[in-house]
Amino acid sequence: MTELGVGSLPLGDPAFNYQEHELNERLKRLYPAVNEEETPLPRSWSPKDKYSYIGLSQNNLRVHYKGHGKNHKDAASVRATHPIPAACGIYYFEVKIVSKGRDGYMGIGLSAQGVNMNRLPGWDKHSYGYHGDDGHSFCSSGTGQPYGPTFTTGDVIGCCVNLINNTCFYTKNGISLGVAFTDLPPNLYPTVGLQTPGEIVDANFGQQPFVFDIEDYMSEWRAKIHGMIARFPIGERLGEWQAVLQNMVSSYLVHHGYCATATAFARATETMIQEDQTSIKNRQRIQKLVLAGRVGEAIEATQQLYPGLLERNPNLLFMLKCRQFVEMVNGTDSEVRCLTIRSPKSQDSYPGSPCLSPHHGASNTHLHTGGSDSPTCSNGVTPPNKSKSHSSSGSIKYPSASSSASSSSSSSPSSINYSESNSSDSTKSQPHSANSTQETSDSEMEIEAEHYTNGVVEGSSARIMNGTYKHEEILQPDDNSIGNGVTDEVCSHSRQLCGGNQAATERMIQFGRELQALNEQLCQEYGKNTTHKKMLQDAFSLLAYSDPWNCPVGQQLDPTQRESLCSALNSAILASADASARSGHGVCSAHGPSPVWFLLLRQSRQLFALAQVQVIVK
Amino acid sequence: MFHEKAHVCVFVLFFVLMQEVTATSRHYVDRLFDPDPQKVLQGVIDMKNAVIGNNKQKANLIVLGAVPRLLYLLQQSSSSMELRTECAVVLGSLAMGTENNIKSLVDCHIIPALLQGLLSPDLVFIEACLRCLRTVFISPVTPVQLLYTDPTVIPHLMSLLSNSLRTQEYITQIFSHCCKTPEHQTILFNHGAIQNIAPLLISPSYKVRMQALKCFSVLAYENTQVSMTLVNVLVDGELLTQVFVKMMQRDQPIEMQLTAAKCLTYMCRASAIRTDDSCIVLKTLPCLVRMCSKEHLLEERVEGAETLAYLMEPDVELQRIASTTDHLVAMLADYFKYPSSVSAITDIKRVSRVSTVHFAVLQLDHDLKHAHELRQAAFKLYASLGSNDEEIRKKITETENMMDRIVSGLSESSIKVRLAAVRCLHSLSRSVQQLRTSFHDHAVWKPLMKLLQNAPDEVLVMASSTLCNLLLEFSPSKEPILESGVMELLCSLTQSDSPALRVNGIWALMNMAFQADQKVKVEIVRCLGTEQLFRLLSDPDTNVLMKTLGLLRNLLSQRAHIDQVMSSHGKQIMQAVTLILEAEHSIEVKEQTLCILVNIADGNTAKDLIMTNDDMLQKIKYYMGHSNVKLQLAATFCVSNLIWNEEDGSQERQDKLREMGFVDILHKLTQSSEPNLSDRAKTALQQYLA
Repeated sequence: MTELGVGSLPLGDPAFNYQEHELNERLKRLYPAVNEEETPLPRSWSPKDKYSYIGLSQNNLRVHYKGHGKNHKDAASVRATHPIPAACGIYYFEVKIVSKGRDGYMGIGLSAQGVNMNRLPGWDKHSYGYHGDDGHSFCSSGTGQPYGPTFTTGDVIGCCVNLINNTCFYTKNGISLGVAFTDLPPNLYPTVGLQTPGEIVDANFGQQPFVFDIEDYMSEWRAKIHGMIARFPIGERLGEWQAVLQNMVSSYLVHHGYCATATAFARATETMIQEDQTSIKNRQRIQKLVLAGRVGEAIEATQQLYPGLLERNPNLLFMLKCRQFVEMVNGTDSEVRCLTIRSPKSQDSYPGSPCLSPHHGASNTHLHTGGSDSPTCSNGVTPPNKSKSHSSSGSIKYPSASSSASSSSSSSPSSINYSESNSSDSTKSQPHSANSTQETSDSEMEIEAEHYTNGVVEGSSARIMNGTYKHEEILQPDDNSIGNGVTDEVCSHSRQLCGGNQAATERMIQFGRELQALNEQLCQEYGKNTTHKKMLQDAFSLLAYSDPWNCPVGQQLDPTQRESLCSALNSAILASADASARSGHGVCSAHGPSPVWFLLLRQSRQLFALAQVQVIVK
Repeated sequence: MFHEKAHVCVFVLFFVLMQEVTATSRHYVDRLFDPDPQKVLQGVIDMKNAVIGNNKQKANLIVLGAVPRLLYLLQQSSSSMELRTECAVVLGSLAMGTENNIKSLVDCHIIPALLQGLLSPDLVFIEACLRCLRTVFISPVTPVQLLYTDPTVIPHLMSLLSNSLRTQEYITQIFSHCCKTPEHQTILFNHGAIQNIAPLLISPSYKVRMQALKCFSVLAYENTQVSMTLVNVLVDGELLTQVFVKMMQRDQPIEMQLTAAKCLTYMCRASAIRTDDSCIVLKTLPCLVRMCSKEHLLEERVEGAETLAYLMEPDVELQRIASTTDHLVAMLADYFKYPSSVSAITDIKRVSRVSTVHFAVLQLDHDLKHAHELRQAAFKLYASLGSNDEEIRKKITETENMMDRIVSGLSESSIKVRLAAVRCLHSLSRSVQQLRTSFHDHAVWKPLMKLLQNAPDEVLVMASSTLCNLLLEFSPSKEPILESGVMELLCSLTQSDSPALRVNGIWALMNMAFQADQKVKVEIVRCLGTEQLFRLLSDPDTNVLMKTLGLLRNLLSQRAHIDQVMSSHGKQIMQAVTLILEAEHSIEVKEQTLCILVNIADGNTAKDLIMTNDDMLQKIKYYMGHSNVKLQLAATFCVSNLIWNEEDGSQERQDKLREMGFVDILHKLTQSSEPNLSDRAKTALQQYLA
């Protein structure tokens, strides 16, 4: 990989080669679970990801300050080349203070990508630092907390990130100073910041032996986790585990309508599926219609296959009809679509829709706030041969999240690399979708295919989406991520009310009146419903804007808005069929002590990292 | 009615059962007397199976006299090896019962019998004997000395160490429990304990490794000889310290980490390892700090804290490192979060539901038992942390409710806690800033004064030492303490048999007299009594003498006071001064004594006591020519005061001293290379010129 920087250095230098060799050996020993082809470890400071007042030397390991250093506005930071991979379990690096310079305003810590570099680590959101001048710790705030001793020339400061409990502690000259931060978000980069002239620090990412005995610390956690697994209470459920797990998987598959997989799973495990196959397929068909924005058809199909269902659920029916109206505005509902000329334009009318690809909007935000652990959780469950594709899609999330809505994705070189690899993944998946029939029937092939492409890495909702979109739609975001703006432009120009068709618009207005009438009828029967009123108001508001996609209520047009409705309908059907309305996750909490379960699931990747080490060591 | 019946029923049932049990027990004992050896053997085996885990049965058999018979069978050379072994096993099982069982066994002279058994060539029998001995010796009711009465026992045990993993485990366990005094350490050391036990540290059996490690910790404790030897011992080509470091690795069992840390701590305190050695700074100290963390058992936290306090007590650098390690100062605050009284428990008993009561109470009883231990350990560690560094003291006093905790600790029922709390207070009282602020704000002197009443000596030493600091001139607590009538107590301390208490008493009085009112000074002299004062001037303890001289110096500080004190006690004081100056004393003592003369010479009427005492003047002259500059300076000061102008009769005094040849000496001293001394001599000569 280019970021290892081997190519740019004199290969003939034996001293350097020796150091490089030692670095490789040490990193392999410390982080055996990390696959550096997917998630490279930080090995030096990034010459690209730094403020201009920072100078780098000695293979990008030495950092010196070259600004004026008048006040805090002259602070400058540099990040490492890569974020800390989750598979490390426990990560550690050290910084030696070569010179404290004028005032010794040095900060050592962590920050997420995109955090302002004209600052010391710790001052901003998603930034954490330990400062030498006062010994305070800064946790995303301009004011520090008393934490440890001050540090100065000659001191070696270490920073350890524990990805199992998401905490961080520092060391000074090999002595642990205790926990400094808790609830850390994922994907942080080692970071240092300097503020006054003459400040020089050297990083040790594993090039040299660490002053602090990090391997001893790791061994303690390894023993802890082994103990936790060994002492996990099983009680009388001994022997039932397989059944519980199988039931979890099976009910998950059934719930989300992965009929073929569920059947195959049932066959392989010799278990029974409660629901019959046609019912699963029907549900899946209806879900796909909703997710494709063809809500009118979905309502029809539901009424046909499950007569009386919507009559018994008037609220659901109203929500569906509201959505249908929104989709008419969008130009996707069949009632208007049949009136328009079927153009690819109208199909493409959700530019950069984040839910279509690994760039899933929802999970991006999750990752950003550190709330969701879905990638780590599912990584542990994924078969190893598929790990490549989903890990790369996992890593790409961050860059795209930081650039949020703008489709010109972050210009960091690494993210481009990933985007490319990602696009090659999608092209692999493309033939499958292309081969599938227009009906988007739930052929076994298709479901398997999407499973392979996406693995389990996405949040469950994202996965449903992928199952239903047509291939053109899947393709599009890939175009975006590559940075090809062509599709983008076409899209923005092509977005018109009801696809720009006059007849369709009239039909839509007609439908709006019907909807209004339905609302009044419901009000009479069940009393006033503010939720309905709001929903209707929002939907009608779309017509007030010349460009509904870019108006204050334009959010409704986003295809991701279909997801909640889709799962509501699915649950209603399942409930009416007296099938389990909950997905397999429910089983988790029903069986076994949930906190431990939760911990194990949430942290499986990190735990695995440590558990695995032990196996290798043995 | 129903209840009564039920009680009766239970009682009857119990009685019947008792009789039955006793009857069967009787039967077991009877079988030991069977003439057929085969039947005796079977009887012993049946007895073995009957007593396992049955304390009642064990007690019954002991009461019925099974032990002497078993011991007889065990010692008879005519008994089969199998029978003798089974006897040892049954005895071992009996020893596993209550402490009373152990007492009965020891009273039956089981120890010599079993030790005798160790001479047998049969390993299984030896192991059975050792197992029983082990169980007896680890009990607190067994007198440890019994292991050492026969001098051949220890060497024999050493020789048995190589026989099997079991002999290793049992023997090392016996050693680690029976090594309680320096004499024991020496006996074991002289019989090659180190060479014999060191290889066991890498035994495949965890139990053996653990017991061997424990042996080293008790051997090295406060023992320089052992510690110095240990650092050079190699185990399988590796230095023993490195073996200990490995045992402290964080994935090792906590018990092993803690015991290894103790070994290294004791070796360090015995100066066998430097305090800046990386195995202390980077391994032992962090390991002990970890042991203080909440996630460990209460017992481990207590031991960790006490060992850490001991490790860093004499070394400020270790104190500084520990104070920044893993938030130790804040972590120790958790040690106080356990119930301190029975009332807390009864409260919880009342509140909690019936189903959980049992568990909750068990847990709380455990916590309560350890609550005192935890608190005293925390106080000890705080005391050690704050004994030198002002920054650390500040950090400690700023810990949540710290001063309140100390104050309540001073009046706790457990003497251990009181002692530790006052140690902590003493350590913090070395800070001028804390004396002025937190000590005054929390009126710590009140509980301290209370603690001083009827306290045992060890508490009294710490408390009075703290009091000395609280009586320093700048301490705002000085006034209220004076008013509380502490004087009597301090004066009585000066009569104590313990030199430490005498020093503290006189030291406190000395601090009290510093720049004090005339009233206070008079009160001190009255309360202490001149007799006692002069007795203290001949105290065998130099520290006591120094502080008494200090007290005199402070009493003789202002001209009016000097004259008053000298007019009433001048004769005795001059006598005492003469005695000290003539006797063999250190320079410091002589200097302090000359300083008293300087003060006397500053008085108006007091001067005459020197001027009329030619012997004293000769002594002053002598010290002006002494080889020690400090003494020369003090003596010159004295002369300078005597001949000072502007005072009545200065002319006569100048004349007299000139006649005695003082001027010549002063001239000589102006040539001194010591600027202080030559300046002082010049100033004195100027008095003649004026």
